Amino acid sequence: MDRDRAALNRLPRWLVPALAALPVVGLSLFFLWPLGTLLVRVLQPGSVGDALRAPGLGQVLWFTLWQAVASTALTLVVGFAPAYLLARYRFPGRRVLLAAVTVPFMLPTVVVGAAFLALLPSAWHGTARAVVVAHVFFNIAVVVRLVGAMWAVLPTDLTAAARTLGAAPHQVLRCIVLPLLRPALWAAATVVFLFTFTSFGAAKLLGGPANPTLEVEIARRATQLGDVDGAAVLSLLQLVVLGAVVWWSARWQRRATVQFAGSGSSRTARSPGERRFVAGVAALTAATMLTPLAVMVSRSLRLGGNWSLAAWRTLGAAEVRPGISLGVDPLASLSLSLRYALVAATLSVVAGGLATLAIATARRHGRLLDVGLMLPLGTSAVTIGLGMLITFDTAPVDWRAEWWLIPLGHALVATPFVVRALLPQLRSIPAQQRDAAATLGASPLRAWFAIDVRRLALPLLGSAGLAAAISLGEFGATTFLTRAGRETMPIAIARLLGRTGEIPRAQGFAMATLLLLATAIVIGGAERAGEGGVLDARRS
Amino acid sequence: MLAAHEITVRFGDRTVLDHVSLEVATGEVVALLGPSGAGKSTLLRVIAGLLTADAGSVWLDGSDVTNLPSHRRNIGLVFQDEQLFPHLTVGQNVGFGLRMQGLGRAQAAARVHELLCMVGLDAAAALPVTTLSGGEAKRVALVRSLAPQPAVLLLDEPLTGLDRELHDRLAAELAGLLRATGTTALLVTHDHDEAAAIADRVVNLPSASPSRAE
Repeated sequence: MDRDRAALNRLPRWLVPALAALPVVGLSLFFLWPLGTLLVRVLQPGSVGDALRAPGLGQVLWFTLWQAVASTALTLVVGFAPAYLLARYRFPGRRVLLAAVTVPFMLPTVVVGAAFLALLPSAWHGTARAVVVAHVFFNIAVVVRLVGAMWAVLPTDLTAAARTLGAAPHQVLRCIVLPLLRPALWAAATVVFLFTFTSFGAAKLLGGPANPTLEVEIARRATQLGDVDGAAVLSLLQLVVLGAVVWWSARWQRRATVQFAGSGSSRTARSPGERRFVAGVAALTAATMLTPLAVMVSRSLRLGGNWSLAAWRTLGAAEVRPGISLGVDPLASLSLSLRYALVAATLSVVAGGLATLAIATARRHGRLLDVGLMLPLGTSAVTIGLGMLITFDTAPVDWRAEWWLIPLGHALVATPFVVRALLPQLRSIPAQQRDAAATLGASPLRAWFAIDVRRLALPLLGSAGLAAAISLGEFGATTFLTRAGRETMPIAIARLLGRTGEIPRAQGFAMATLLLLATAIVIGGAERAGEGGVLDARRS
Repeated sequence: MLAAHEITVRFGDRTVLDHVSLEVATGEVVALLGPSGAGKSTLLRVIAGLLTADAGSVWLDGSDVTNLPSHRRNIGLVFQDEQLFPHLTVGQNVGFGLRMQGLGRAQAAARVHELLCMVGLDAAAALPVTTLSGGEAKRVALVRSLAPQPAVLLLDEPLTGLDRELHDRLAAELAGLLRATGTTALLVTHDHDEAAAIADRVVNLPSASPSRAE
């Protein structure tokens, strides 16, 4: 039956290639080619040996590894109680708390770095501790979301059964809950490890020169030491490590998976002890998530121990005092960032939308494009930026001076997220809907347009917001492509916070506050558009 | 002896149990009958300590256990849908309560073997519970709850979801097993024949909230 339908009501053969053309060309030109260039650099005789023999590399690798392991372990521990609370209990303010936990994860890494520079005492600045603490804050959302999702469906009666068999709370946790949550714990640990292993923004701002992660070292070699070959070797080395971790973790996750019947349920706290627990964990979590950001905002308003608007008032002026210029025009970089975000969002929505339609329409053959488009997601932003820097530097592709190279890099980082957000929307359309359209007299192409393409309208708006937020906060790739005098917000913030002196610091915090607000507005808008999309999906 | 005294449970503005009292003598098997929605399962959960009642108390052998957590009450519960631990084998499931009591691995294994023999599943000890048939899973759930020798065993519709023939055979098996182990038991069911076949005494739970009765 299915074959008959496919043969009779087949979409034109040119449709999928036509849809895929732009994303494929874009991906090849701006991602695969630069990656190939990197590889060629690495394969030059001597470059691997030279890069690996460079002094200090062992220390960089060791620090990158141990801070990632420590950050991952701590994040799992800290995120555990809020994950449990949000998965199992209904209480007033639950949605707000979930948002408060999730928001830091969506924030630019530079804003998180700035928040912890503001919060932590200056003795902590430039230390490994500061990097780890910021990483934990940033990634709690991963644990709450991934572990919480599994905890929410863990049958409540399984733990009840264990208790009636004489298991004390700690035994229930050790013998029942932890083993059953293991796949989610693994997934969360893998994601957090990958994020913290490739940390750039937070590590650069908080770790200082004494604690460079691999990403920071790649950037330092390429942009400060001019050792592009060395940087290329390190970024491929990192790519290999990441690939190995993903492969190893996927194997473990499959092995740890256990099916369970029944369903979880959330409840309101009944006993006074339970109520104290819920209120305590909720308050502590909210305080943990909000304090760093609140302190950052307040630090932008303080100069010389007094409240002052001076930092904000001088934001628009490139000169702090007559004759003394900062070299960074904060408001100009805000408008530049907003313009870049608009371009990057447009690019990634067009490319991502076309790619999603192609993947969903091609069904089986779409997998190759799907995997191809996900590659930039597995590649660190620093690697993407480095690849573009060394590829587009000779005629006829000497595009380093072109303004669009930066938003294009942002779009490259954002497009995989757009595809991930849109694909489930298309895959959830029942085949019968197209059949219904066909029996109502629509040609295959008309039916496809009326159902598949129109389904994407609202989600596209939501994913545009997501892409804009990613562009606003993008720091890694931009570091390589930025030009003096045309800094984006994250670059400007990092510059200001890297200076000594109270005013530039306060201005850095003020700029970070602005970026925080801009990101929050864009994400908020995207969430609303996304909800509209869900409503629309329910209606049809 | 188990005594539930004047138990009241409200969920929001709905009263599920309204001053319900119940006694089960030591060694006695009591069936609790009532229409669905009458709060039978809720009463079991209060007795097991899984749910805090809004009022009332639970007494076990003369002492007040109302504020004792589940794991220290020594009251077992067989769930309607078994709730076998999916990550453990049949033997590990049955031995779970024994391990919680601090019994050594070897001693627990011997006792598990003994219990599984009682229900003819001694060969299944090393199997994952996901491979069991419906009737086998019910048997494993039953001996798992019997293993730590609870002062009272609560059974929440333990024979629901079986075909007639298997239901009748298991009902006879269950009655025999409860007598053989001298277990004090409170059985929730909506099946009069089942109640008569297994229990010494039948108690009807009137719907606490008549407007909700079906």
